[in-house]
Amino acid sequence: MTYLPHTDEDRRAMLAAVGVESIEALFEAVPEQYRFPPLDLPEALSEMEVMAELQGLQAANASAQDYAIFLGAGAYHHFVPSAINHILLRGEFYTAYTPYQPEMSQGTLQAVFEYQSMLAALTGMEAANASHYDGATSLAEAITVAVNEARGKRRKIILSPAINPQYRQVVRTYMQGQDIKFVGDKGRADISDLLDMLDDSTAMLTVAYPNFFGQIDDFKGLAERVHAAGALLTVVADPIALGLFKSPGELGADMVVGEGQPLGIPLSFGGPYLGYFACKKALVRRIAGRIVGETKDNRGQRAFVMTLRPREQDIRREKATSNICTNQGLMALSACIYLALMGKCGLRTVAELCYHKAHYAARQIDALPGYKVDFSKPFFKEFMVKCPSPVSEINAALLHDWGIVGGYDLGQDYPHLANTMLIAVTEMNTREEIDALVEALKEVAA
Amino acid sequence: MTEPLIYELSAPGRCGVSLPKVDVPEAELPADLLRADLDLPEVSEVDVIRHFVRLSQLNYGIDKGFYPLGSCTMKYNPKVNEDAARLPGFALLHPHLDAGHTQGALALLYHVQEWLAEIAGFKGVSLQPAAGAQGEFAGLLMIRAYHRDRGDTKRTRILIPNSAHGTNPASVSMAGFEAVELPSDANGDVDLEALRAACDDTVAGMMITVPSTLGLFEVHILDVIEAVHACGGLMYMDGANMNAMMGVLKPGQIGFDVMHYNLHKTFSTPHGGGGPGSGPVAVGEKLLPFLPGPIVGIVEEAEDEDDAPLYGWVMPEKSIGRLKAFHGNFGMVVRAYTYMRINGGEGLRAVTQHAVLNANYIRARLSDVYHIPYNRYCGHEFVMEGRWDDAPDIHALDISKRLMDYGIHPPTNYFPLIVHEALMIEPTETESREACDQFIEAMRKIAEEAKTTPDLLHEAPHITPVGRVDDVLAAKQLVLCCRPTPDWSQQGTALKV
Repeated sequence: MTYLPHTDEDRRAMLAAVGVESIEALFEAVPEQYRFPPLDLPEALSEMEVMAELQGLQAANASAQDYAIFLGAGAYHHFVPSAINHILLRGEFYTAYTPYQPEMSQGTLQAVFEYQSMLAALTGMEAANASHYDGATSLAEAITVAVNEARGKRRKIILSPAINPQYRQVVRTYMQGQDIKFVGDKGRADISDLLDMLDDSTAMLTVAYPNFFGQIDDFKGLAERVHAAGALLTVVADPIALGLFKSPGELGADMVVGEGQPLGIPLSFGGPYLGYFACKKALVRRIAGRIVGETKDNRGQRAFVMTLRPREQDIRREKATSNICTNQGLMALSACIYLALMGKCGLRTVAELCYHKAHYAARQIDALPGYKVDFSKPFFKEFMVKCPSPVSEINAALLHDWGIVGGYDLGQDYPHLANTMLIAVTEMNTREEIDALVEALKEVAA
Repeated sequence: MTEPLIYELSAPGRCGVSLPKVDVPEAELPADLLRADLDLPEVSEVDVIRHFVRLSQLNYGIDKGFYPLGSCTMKYNPKVNEDAARLPGFALLHPHLDAGHTQGALALLYHVQEWLAEIAGFKGVSLQPAAGAQGEFAGLLMIRAYHRDRGDTKRTRILIPNSAHGTNPASVSMAGFEAVELPSDANGDVDLEALRAACDDTVAGMMITVPSTLGLFEVHILDVIEAVHACGGLMYMDGANMNAMMGVLKPGQIGFDVMHYNLHKTFSTPHGGGGPGSGPVAVGEKLLPFLPGPIVGIVEEAEDEDDAPLYGWVMPEKSIGRLKAFHGNFGMVVRAYTYMRINGGEGLRAVTQHAVLNANYIRARLSDVYHIPYNRYCGHEFVMEGRWDDAPDIHALDISKRLMDYGIHPPTNYFPLIVHEALMIEPTETESREACDQFIEAMRKIAEEAKTTPDLLHEAPHITPVGRVDDVLAAKQLVLCCRPTPDWSQQGTALKV
């Protein structure tokens, strides 16, 4: 059998040591009438046959290998340096468990500490945890922090409608067993409308940076107003944008959460991704998930260990800050290696490439008859285009005739944005690809 | 032996990547919105590679040796899984692409849904949960939604045996329920009397791990299920220990209403030093409409039976909603698909049988030197005590640390909570008899050392890169990152770049 090292002689000797005649005898406590049911699964295949089958399945997908991609809306086709994958495939990293035994896990622990350090620097925060499942669940965990920080007395959460619609669905799923009121995101509220909703029952106000439409909203006075109302400000941020734009910390945020996928993690049809979570140090005892701290060993050396453990489920059980156990450790390692490779200069360059290419694409598309780009606010790597026909029809033509994956159809989440496409442009899109998109959009409209 | 921090390797002007030049006319940057500085390290690619390779050498993984960490199922992670998940048609596939252009990915997800339903005897599966704990949370939200859908709002309590994983009570609280702990009886099973006394019309359901965290098949499992169902509650099975169950017992067939899998335990996807995992949730008839979604369905049958049908996304009618963005940890599902395909049904049954054989072999060969409180045939793991009356200062932790000196990862310590000085041992099926023997010999040697040279244990580990670490100091000084945070209130907004 594959992956089983036992020989007949091994089985015989081991059964003899246990004192039973057969392996089956070890299952005597299982109710007999239900024991050893048939398993109706496909026949086993060899490794080469499985890979051939998988080759067939993967070929039936329109991946970025074969198509130019202008689709973002929460998942982005960014450059992943080769070095990352080579480190991820080190068995010492990827076949290790959560670092409960620090003496055998300094590699994982120091990498998480470095990840926390770089994440804090990027977001302008004082602390970060070892990860959540994705950007959406990271936001859900921030809500719990805010409500607990207000000792449960404030239970209103103000959400901007310009937060990723899936995140807004996920936080509602998370909070359905709790008495939490969500406001702000059902209409077309802008930042000043959201601020008007602040009151003494508000635990947290959340905005996105850039917002789901790719825009940088004006946050002047935002943190002051939120804090004056006694609430916390949480910013959902694209980490690549933070290579260029002011950090949420500088803008006064208390917590910064988001999707870390752009930091060296492939699209992978939506996961595994990386929920990053950073905050002010004053909140750190309330947050969920693993946190690594610096300490010393009994030989006087610098060492790292998981700390503030009494917040966690295996110790605090029903009183824990969250049920999270397994998180996205290896994805945090990806982001850690990515940020180390990019460094101070590289991340800024990536962000500038996105910015320039997106603006070039926007200007070209805006010049096309029938298309209108929204230039009402500054934007980063995504922008909105009002199209002459339904986005789904345009995208079908782009895919079929041009080998281009078009933008996201905003009308499916925002009724007032029917026929509006959200186009994402990253450093991966060459000028030729952008020009081809522009040409294709022109032809499709004609 | 320690490694400098990445920031300590930094020198101004270095960069670890080469990036293309701007090939379009540059746009004006909005100066008042830009950050003045970005405090990331500046290191070359070779610095980064050596740094992380050296860090990896301070780590221990399954690829290095035996890892009998109980309740974690540290089985070998086949290399082909990694290649499968990295095929460009999967790794470079955008999750917002329409169903028509992602049929290969949807077919794979659909098959895994079907196979997981078959293995545990359920009607439907959602692959959305990102880890076991999120699967538990999903299951509890479904139980809540089910009762509310019937107009029954008085069911606020979830029963949990005192041997349960900590995630169980934590998930119960998150779902808005109250956790009620049940005692275990002298055999390590659920105390049936206490269970029956707790069952009333405020019970929404019960969560139970099978086999239990003691590694034991619950002798009265059918009675437990009957008692909870009789009072109107639903049964949740924590599937963390499914490595002892494949082809042995289908939880759905004996009356469980919902369970979660851990693909990163049972189906060989790697643990990654703390994730990513994948925690699919499987349900019977009653909870089918409540599954988190969307899930993959067949939207159009194929005309010819040799052709593939058309797959699409379907939202279950009364779904509890979306648990995370997109479609779950897809890359982990690809790995699990690969593993299930290579094993087939009989292969998976053999996996379980050999996992149970290995655990019982080690149990039998250690039971004369370690006290095993519930010493009967175990499942894929067992729990023993790490203490002796004639070695009064020795704790389970000392044994674990000393085991590192023998080049073996320690078992789980201090869990389950109902065993004193617990050492929870799960060898998994991928370990050979020789590997089990090496572990047995090391454990027997340590039992001897505990009595003859106890300081050897107290001071262990000796050969690891760092010695015992001071976790009290870590919590006291609370150094969570190595960079100073700028005081934003003192900062101007002038550009420094």
